[in-house]
Amino acid sequence: MAAKRKTPMKTRNPDLIRGVGKYSRSKMYHKRGLWAIKAKNGGVFPRHDAKPKPPAAAEKPPKFYPAEDVKKPLLNKRKPKPTKLRASITPGTVLILLAGRFMGKRVVFLKQLTSGLLLVTGPFKINGVPLRRVNQSYVIATSTKVDISGVNVEKFDDKYFSKEDKKKLPEDKKEDQKAVDASLIKSIEGVPDLKAYLAARFSLKSGMKPHELVF
Amino acid sequence: MYPFKRYVEIGRVALVNYGKDYGKLVVIVDVVDQNRALVDAPDMVRSQMNFKRLTLTDIKIDINRVPKKKTLIDPMEKACVKNKWENSSWGRKLIVQKRQASLNDFGRFKLMLAKIKKAGMVRQELAKLKKEIAA
Repeated sequence: MAAKRKTPMKTRNPDLIRGVGKYSRSKMYHKRGLWAIKAKNGGVFPRHDAKPKPPAAAEKPPKFYPAEDVKKPLLNKRKPKPTKLRASITPGTVLILLAGRFMGKRVVFLKQLTSGLLLVTGPFKINGVPLRRVNQSYVIATSTKVDISGVNVEKFDDKYFSKEDKKKLPEDKKEDQKAVDASLIKSIEGVPDLKAYLAARFSLKSGMKPHELVF
Repeated sequence: MYPFKRYVEIGRVALVNYGKDYGKLVVIVDVVDQNRALVDAPDMVRSQMNFKRLTLTDIKIDINRVPKKKTLIDPMEKACVKNKWENSSWGRKLIVQKRQASLNDFGRFKLMLAKIKKAGMVRQELAKLKKEIAA
């Protein structure tokens, strides 16, 4: 077979209405240049005979035939879409964690990783939450934002969080934590009470109705 | 003396406590029957309301029965109904309630800190006064 074209063939015969072309068969013969191809090939249209294929290896009959016909599972070409980030969550948003050992802690959102998980940090000095991945579903986004312009989060991705040594935290990860938190803490201390806010845990008190609270 | 101080009368300003117009201040412009009144407000179409949906306020303005919208708005402006309402303790409470309900999480945290600080200051003053009395 001839090689496939990158763009599909645009027809040289525009439709007057559906089913009726502008040019007749003889005009189209001339437009396609079949006369020029024939002239180049000495009056006959060039033929390409099929290339001789190497003989296929003799297939042995299978040793085992199943008693009943085995059904093949249906083909699944589904590709999952990237996780959609809630509009209320932007870099620098203060989030409230709802589950896990840091339940109730208020943390700063840094960025969304390619796996869809959110990268957050306490900052560690303020509330003990390190650079951590967290699922969007286990988080309440508040409307409070922290200035995050001085922080470089390019180097963090999902591979960074795979653990080689599960007992001890390597020194360079501690350095990364300090680097990220340095400028964050400066912008946090610029807002009155924000440091104490991030240090405190969130809890529902008597009379608080979650569906009526504004976060 | 008399058990009632606020009466349903033409010109009485009332607060709507149920329904679509919840929280609005309206003026009673006519009485339909034993249970219903015709109410009107500058930003609302004149309509009938059951008295059970209204809570009477202390404010009353001087109008005739069923005035036209313009003749309603002028006495309201002259009597400064809105001002009187927002300066009354009831009106101020409602404004504070609305503001506190719309606080975000950080706002509620700051409010808690302010309450604690105020309570601390009050307790300090009280302790000082107690010491003076004991001395």
